Amino acid sequence: MSLTTVSAALALAACGTSGPSTSSSSAGLTMWALNDQTILKESVDAYNKDHPDAKITLRLYANDDYKQKLRVAFGAGQAPDLFFNWGGGALNDYVKADKVDALTDAQVDTGRFTPSVMESATFDGKTYGVPANGLAPVVLYYNKKVLKDAGVEPPTTYDALLTAVKKLKGDGKVPLSLAANSKWPTLMYLEYLLDRTGGSRVFSKIASGDASAWKDPSVTAADQKLQDLAKAGAFGDNASSVSYDQGASTALLYTGKAGMELMGTWEYANLVKAAPDFAKKDLGYVAFPALTDGAGSAKNIVGNPSNFLSLNSASTHKKAALEYLKDYVMNASQMDAYLAAGSVPPVNGLESKLAATPSSSDKEWLTFVYDLVQTAPSFQLSWDQALPSDQADPLLTNVDKSFLRQIEPTQFGENMSEAAQ
Amino acid sequence: MAAPALLLFGLFGLVPLVGVVALGFARWDGLGDLGWAGFDNWSGVLTDGATWQALWLTVKVMVISWLVQTPLALALGLFQAPPGRLRALLAVLWFLPLLLSAVAIGLTWQALLDPSFGVGATPGLHWLAKPLLGSPELALYTVIAVIAWQFVPFHALLYQAGLRQIPVSLYEAAALDGAGPTTRLLRITLPQLKYTVVTSSTLMLVGSLTYFDLIFVLSGGTGGPGTATRVLPLAMYITGFQAHDMGRASAVATLLVVTGLGLSLLTTRLSGFTRMDSQQEGM
Repeated sequence: MSLTTVSAALALAACGTSGPSTSSSSAGLTMWALNDQTILKESVDAYNKDHPDAKITLRLYANDDYKQKLRVAFGAGQAPDLFFNWGGGALNDYVKADKVDALTDAQVDTGRFTPSVMESATFDGKTYGVPANGLAPVVLYYNKKVLKDAGVEPPTTYDALLTAVKKLKGDGKVPLSLAANSKWPTLMYLEYLLDRTGGSRVFSKIASGDASAWKDPSVTAADQKLQDLAKAGAFGDNASSVSYDQGASTALLYTGKAGMELMGTWEYANLVKAAPDFAKKDLGYVAFPALTDGAGSAKNIVGNPSNFLSLNSASTHKKAALEYLKDYVMNASQMDAYLAAGSVPPVNGLESKLAATPSSSDKEWLTFVYDLVQTAPSFQLSWDQALPSDQADPLLTNVDKSFLRQIEPTQFGENMSEAAQ
Repeated sequence: MAAPALLLFGLFGLVPLVGVVALGFARWDGLGDLGWAGFDNWSGVLTDGATWQALWLTVKVMVISWLVQTPLALALGLFQAPPGRLRALLAVLWFLPLLLSAVAIGLTWQALLDPSFGVGATPGLHWLAKPLLGSPELALYTVIAVIAWQFVPFHALLYQAGLRQIPVSLYEAAALDGAGPTTRLLRITLPQLKYTVVTSSTLMLVGSLTYFDLIFVLSGGTGGPGTATRVLPLAMYITGFQAHDMGRASAVATLLVVTGLGLSLLTTRLSGFTRMDSQQEGM
């Protein structure tokens, strides 16, 4: 106990030195989020302008150590009033420990948000968070020029994907750019392959705590398909050295070294930033291919429905926090800001706003994402976020081992079933 | 005089150590209440094949690092020891890696070793375009090479200092007796460097138990590919701060402490460090 308390105190002291003094946070709220949330920051600025006497103190953290820092802060009773999270199993840990307050429709107007998104922050019928950034389903991006040169149509079925892989490989390209060093991008394939093979019910059972559901034959079949792709050379020779954070997998796509990339919708903004000409001219995108003999709907999507802001149950500023969540998160100007950044906010009834988007390439993209989510029967939260946090590492490790073909497809489900017990 | 030091050591050394050992018997996810786990964490850690694999990798890193770094550091130290402007300049250059943080080194090497955009992308160097960090067979050796790149200069500095301590009169006497360079190296230099070798080796061996940051960055925080570079400190971090199983992570941490203590006792005992006598005595 003492080590963690000491290290918690040190960690907090370390971040406190650069932050504002504690006196300002006693009058106003504190809120923690991730570095790149610039639009969220704008909402905080707007709130602070209206409430000069009790401002929100926003602290931004890098992705990697944020989760740990948050956990340690909660353990040490030093947590912020509002905190950014991914929903799913990790948020449920906090709910189960009574660290988060449920939010009612009357308090924060939850009815305005896309229902499939809210599911990630709903436990036992109660809502524990408000969406705090854009919809992030995983889609298949492609380089129009590379595909055309290889004589390949954007794949809409799994068989077409396999054909495309062969042709692109023959053309000397990496068929599918994959940052396997980061592990979670590989997981995206398995998520889609299982959903298409067995339907969304299989993972729902797993997420509800049924460890034996990992042994469902469709899990093995999905893992087999992932291995088949790897064996066919779909990811090139070097995928396991590519890490996502350094932007190498993104670069492979826009430099024309790779034909396609499966990635979350945030990649669109990355591509626009890194290669604006490519994004306008040669960037294409489709939903993950359908599986003709699979049980799952081809309209199902996986990814991150959204990130959420949740309320610390020990907060002494709940009234102000609720006011911020209701009036400043995803309000009209926030929605415009998200759309302008190429990101679709998780709110209902965006059609007219989408139609008014000035840039045609942005409009096409935003409409694509909005329709994808609105028509999806199921929106599965990324498995590593949906499962309790003690299963995330065994999951990523076993996915990586499947990708490297160090384990047999049957072994994947068995290992996971064991880890889930 | 010793009281403040003892107090600091107690506060920041012993108290956390006792806390970690105690936590090894607890069930705690970092959020909820502490629960008593008895020997569950211990039996879990000790029967888990992953622990033994991590320990094996740790030992492998330790032994190979020593075998790679010691001759290199000694050779560099021998080169640097005599006076000379060029040598001094080169010594400064070699020393640079030690000034960089492990995270900076990790990110730099990760970028350099990227097969698509790193050094391997340079015309003529395509043979380098291999998944050095991504292949389960090569990753550990790549990591060991980067560690050597970072730490060899430090040990070279130790050897340089040790070499400069050797009295010149010994060499003069040997020269009078007609000893050649090889004899002088084997009969004077290496024996005189005995304690420097012990010091450097102890630092290397015990230090390699704590290699964490560099491997963490190079493997994308996962000890991958697969678990090919998941050494014991990394396994401890992942158990504690990603799986939030603080009890079990504490058991792993205790295992590390015991290994480290055992190792440093062993090296000092074997090398006669405890009976260390003045090197001047033999004169």
